[in-house]
Amino acid sequence: MKSVLPILTVLAAIVVIWYGAAVGLNSKWTYDQAARAGQEVSFSQLLRDTMTQERPVLPAPHQVAKGLWEGVAGQKITSKRSLVYHGGVTFSATMAGFVLGAVAGILLAVGIVHNRAMDMSVMPWAIASQTIPILAIAPMVIVVLASLGIKGLLPKAIIAAYLSFFPILVGMVKGLRAPDGMQLDLLRTYNASGSETFWKLRLPSSMPYFFASLKVGIAAALVGTIVAELPAGATQGLGARLLSGSYYGQTIQIWAALFAAAVLAAVLVIAVGAVEKVVLRKMGMAR
Amino acid sequence: MPVIEAKDLNLTFQTNDGPVHALKDVNLAIEKGEFVSFIGPSGCGKTTFLRCIAALETPTGGSLTVNGMSPDDARRARSYGYVFQAAGLYPWRTIAGNIKLPLEIMGYSRAEMDQRVEKVLDLVDLGGFGKKFPWQLSGGMQQRASIARALAFDAEILLMDEPFGALDEIVRDKLNEELLKLWKRTGKTIGFVTHSIPEAVYLSTKIVVMSPRPGRITDIIDSTLPRDERPLEIRDSAEFLAIAHRVREGLRAGHAYDE
Ligand SMILES: Nc1ncnc2c1ncn2[C@@H]1O[C@H](COP(=O)(O)OP(=O)(O)OP(=O)(O)O)[C@@H](O)[C@H]1O
Ligand SMILES: [Mg+2]
Repeated sequence: MKSVLPILTVLAAIVVIWYGAAVGLNSKWTYDQAARAGQEVSFSQLLRDTMTQERPVLPAPHQVAKGLWEGVAGQKITSKRSLVYHGGVTFSATMAGFVLGAVAGILLAVGIVHNRAMDMSVMPWAIASQTIPILAIAPMVIVVLASLGIKGLLPKAIIAAYLSFFPILVGMVKGLRAPDGMQLDLLRTYNASGSETFWKLRLPSSMPYFFASLKVGIAAALVGTIVAELPAGATQGLGARLLSGSYYGQTIQIWAALFAAAVLAAVLVIAVGAVEKVVLRKMGMAR
Repeated sequence: MPVIEAKDLNLTFQTNDGPVHALKDVNLAIEKGEFVSFIGPSGCGKTTFLRCIAALETPTGGSLTVNGMSPDDARRARSYGYVFQAAGLYPWRTIAGNIKLPLEIMGYSRAEMDQRVEKVLDLVDLGGFGKKFPWQLSGGMQQRASIARALAFDAEILLMDEPFGALDEIVRDKLNEELLKLWKRTGKTIGFVTHSIPEAVYLSTKIVVMSPRPGRITDIIDSTLPRDERPLEIRDSAEFLAIAHRVREGLRAGHAYDE
């Protein structure tokens, strides 16, 4: 329980700062309204007004909480206004992209570790791929695939995979190269083959690196999916929710979608962490 | 015919700071069933020589044969059990699993594996620890497990690189005794690297004294101690002390040459 207190303290500080910022940022609108009506604004009026605006510059925490609650519990989950519905759409594309990205990252890493030519050639391309802003490619991928008649989950998953394969590739290359010279020499004295070295030494050695990179990778997949939901035309997913919120100045909706995405990210990372614990314990590597 | 025979063996490492002459004109013949210790100051090429025998390093000159074959052919014939300086057990395998590692690679049947694991665990006095993970064992027990791993398959040559270097005197004495028993029981040819003069004299039928820069052999001493009966007390005998003295002189001579 000792760890809870610091967390709560930080949380309380954030909420206080947030309220202060909300009052400051939203006061302009209140003063403008009052000036137009030729009225004076008292401090208590100011406080009340800045926290109840319909389209605040910065919604107050309780407004976001309410928006989030209504989005999650206040709707049928099949409703277009349900955050559960949109979250589900984003989640499925994230998972599809994550699996694609993980498979690609692992296969490339295996290739890099076992093949000199791949070692020299793949990494620079992989790094180059990550220097191109995802915001620039996402619309192109969506448009090109749409022209081929591919819509819905797959284009989003591809963009999610594009972001998530990289950390998994880097982590797996490091993990598969983790065995030291002595461990490799030991297998050499047994005259072990390359595949035996891989299955009995390299792969088990890479597990801690593998899970660390999966956590980064799944968060990246979520970012990729949300970015892929932003281009015009998307009506489903947390990204679309963010975009439509900004079209209509629905700041509360934007923030609620943002928090939903953050919660989803946390859940995904925690889930990977749970699998990690189980696997490493099964392997005898967690103490 | 000697099991291991080195003739004018040379090995030069090419490093960024220029060549390092790790082994210079090494001549040595090791007969079947011998227990040979390599002793010498740090950097004199003990590990390098052992690694050459195990085909983990390629000599740059001279000839080296193992059972009349090249070291690499002998490696392919799985002639070696190699015990490294660190135990190097796989943390994701139990002790039994670690000992099975070479057996799995060499394609033993499941029943045979279980039987062998049982046997070598008893041999190194670790019966009943098969299901434990390495981190649940002390350093000395881990080292014994790594010896058991090298004994599990029928390699006729056992190469050990300072296997007891990190252990305390008492555990070391006990493991020395056990190693001698084991050697007697199995009749293996053993190459053993150590920094300890008493350990070398106590264990060996032949002591190879080496000196550094360039790494070479300065003395080869055939032990006059009885081969079959060596209680720990033998270390107080005059014969033992005489051999130890000669080893020390050899080490000192190598050092003087160096200055
Ligand atoms: N892979 C390598 N590349 C370059 N130089 C090496 C390599 N391995 C060993 N050497 C050098 O060869 C020499 C002999 O090394 P070696 O490890 O055989 O010594 P050693 O007798 O085992 O020493 P120690 O008692 O400290 O283990 C040293 O000078 C070392 O720096
Ligand atoms: Mg050494």
